Amino acid sequence: MLTYAEKIRELSAQLLREDKVDMVIGFRKGSLPMSNEPCMVKNPGDADKLVWDSNCGVNLASYLTDRKERIGIIAKGCDSRNINTHIIENKIKREQLTIIGVPCTGMIDKRKVSNSVDFDIIEVIEEADKVIVKGAGSEQTFDKKEVLRKNCEVCIHPNPVVYDEMVAEKVDINQDVDRYADVREVEEMDSDDRWQYFEDLLSNCIRCYACRNACPLCYCPTCFVDESQPQWLGKSTNATDTRGFHFLRAYHCAGRCTDCGSCETVCPMGINMRAFTKKLEKDCLENFEWQAGLNTEQRPPLDSFNPSDPDAFVK
Amino acid sequence: MKGQTEMKIIKIKKEAWGQGLEKLQSEFRLFGPVADKDGFEFKELAQGQLPVMDLGNTRLSAKSTVYPQTQVMFNYTLDESKEDHHIMKEVDLNGQPQAVIGLRPCDAASFQLVKRNFDNPEYPDPFWVRPYEQSTFVGLACDNPSPTCFCTSVGGGPYSENGLDVLLSREGEVILAKVITEKGEALAKAAGWDTDADENVFDERRDAAEKKITAKINSDQLKGKNANDLFSAPIWEDIAFACLNCGTCTYSCPTCWCFDIQDEVKGTEGKRMRNWDSCMYPLFTLEGSGHNPRPVKEMRVRQRFMHKLKYYPDKYDSDVQCVGCGRCIDLCPVNIDIRDVCETMNNYKPLKSES
Repeated sequence: MLTYAEKIRELSAQLLREDKVDMVIGFRKGSLPMSNEPCMVKNPGDADKLVWDSNCGVNLASYLTDRKERIGIIAKGCDSRNINTHIIENKIKREQLTIIGVPCTGMIDKRKVSNSVDFDIIEVIEEADKVIVKGAGSEQTFDKKEVLRKNCEVCIHPNPVVYDEMVAEKVDINQDVDRYADVREVEEMDSDDRWQYFEDLLSNCIRCYACRNACPLCYCPTCFVDESQPQWLGKSTNATDTRGFHFLRAYHCAGRCTDCGSCETVCPMGINMRAFTKKLEKDCLENFEWQAGLNTEQRPPLDSFNPSDPDAFVK
Repeated sequence: MKGQTEMKIIKIKKEAWGQGLEKLQSEFRLFGPVADKDGFEFKELAQGQLPVMDLGNTRLSAKSTVYPQTQVMFNYTLDESKEDHHIMKEVDLNGQPQAVIGLRPCDAASFQLVKRNFDNPEYPDPFWVRPYEQSTFVGLACDNPSPTCFCTSVGGGPYSENGLDVLLSREGEVILAKVITEKGEALAKAAGWDTDADENVFDERRDAAEKKITAKINSDQLKGKNANDLFSAPIWEDIAFACLNCGTCTYSCPTCWCFDIQDEVKGTEGKRMRNWDSCMYPLFTLEGSGHNPRPVKEMRVRQRFMHKLKYYPDKYDSDVQCVGCGRCIDLCPVNIDIRDVCETMNNYKPLKSES
């Protein structure tokens, strides 16, 4: 990880110095344990602020939308797929970008770590594949794989799919992973249980829209929840309106979502709204053999028609 | 102001605590921290339900006990066969008295800051003032403040009595209660808590707790700065870059009070309500004409910090509009830290002073 950061700084400083980009978008060290802050660097001298560790979970593709500058961007596997999606959807041009690829070894689930220790966390250190959590007079060590975010546990695209530079050799990909065990569990429920499952899932949503705003796919100039003439959705804490928001948002991400996990990571209430998007991701894979953002040549399934598209739903 | 009472300290044993709360429920609606998934929040306590008193602060603040996220203000009917159709009828605000149990001194202090907005002589807001007046605040002192607590640098403290009617301090199964106001005295009486404590350990425990607070903000230079200089300072692009413009900071903040008024009609029955709003949202300032005076996120982020750290203290000649609970720091998905922003503002020197 340390070598990643050094290489990121070196490449970023070089890009800025040679005036190949106007800014580099990356992460700087956060003020709390297990937190880094997305940032932009415009001067080569500031490139040493850039960091990389297992707390860079926010998807940086979100910060590219409609920007006009020439941008260097640090991209792990999921970020790179969302960069491709952004290019397909005309939210950024490939020529504007210099992509510094990071082979990703997975991001830490901050909440999982906090809930696994019974002390206030003062410092978290990563050493090889260990995560050492320190409090005042207490210490606990985890294997990194025990405290990964759920989407990282089942990730099959940790290496950037598009890049101009790479900070290290690609990492091995775990192809044997069962990506959809959790989705099948919900699919197998009867309709009452499933309804109850989703009701519980969303019961503490405060409609802060952190999930939407962190999502690189959610760039609509006016989101449907903000439409007021006419108003599409109520704004109170009414459960139907809250569900309406989550259902519609998920469907709007169908065939576009890369399961980057930003939505779940940023939720202040710890809601796993990936339960929705992953089901749609599975459907896209099964029906259209589609995984979002792997290249820029293929059109996404929901904006293209193919005579061989499955039509079993037509009765 | 609330009537002050001669300081009295009561000892409440474990059984008396539960029994007392149960007794109170015949007279008061009780609110307290209760488990909610992997966190805990302020909710109305069910009959016999005990508030969680042995964990840290709640994820969201206690403001919802007086100022819920959605609050109906008026009801109306569109049914023209009814005599009062199309007439707004204010909801009954003279509800049952309520007591908020186990709120931390930071949350208690927040009501005092928010009060300046809702309970000002010019425009008293009955929808906030009535529930506030009907509330008795039974605080729980913090013996184990979290690493992001900085109440002591914004005029508060882990044993601060500001805004409280009773202050509790726990040691094991025994709770000591310091009765601060007449309201607090009435509540203690109604609960049947009347065993005088033999010693006053509050000062001692306060000193120990205050020593544990390591986080702080420095706002000492802000008062003397020109608001326009800060407004146009070249600091905001960097501060705001990471911001997602979600409402997490504002919704979790005990001192954020902004709301949006909405009408909802189902069939012929309508209600007018207010919902928490957030200055982080573009819609917050969007005008009917389509013009938006704060169209980009830098402006919205600047507004939040300027309001809390500059406009509010200037307007009310007070300390900052922040009680140091640390929630926005803990919950911000992109780690924007009010301590750092305050430091940047506090240290900012304009290149050419306009004054």
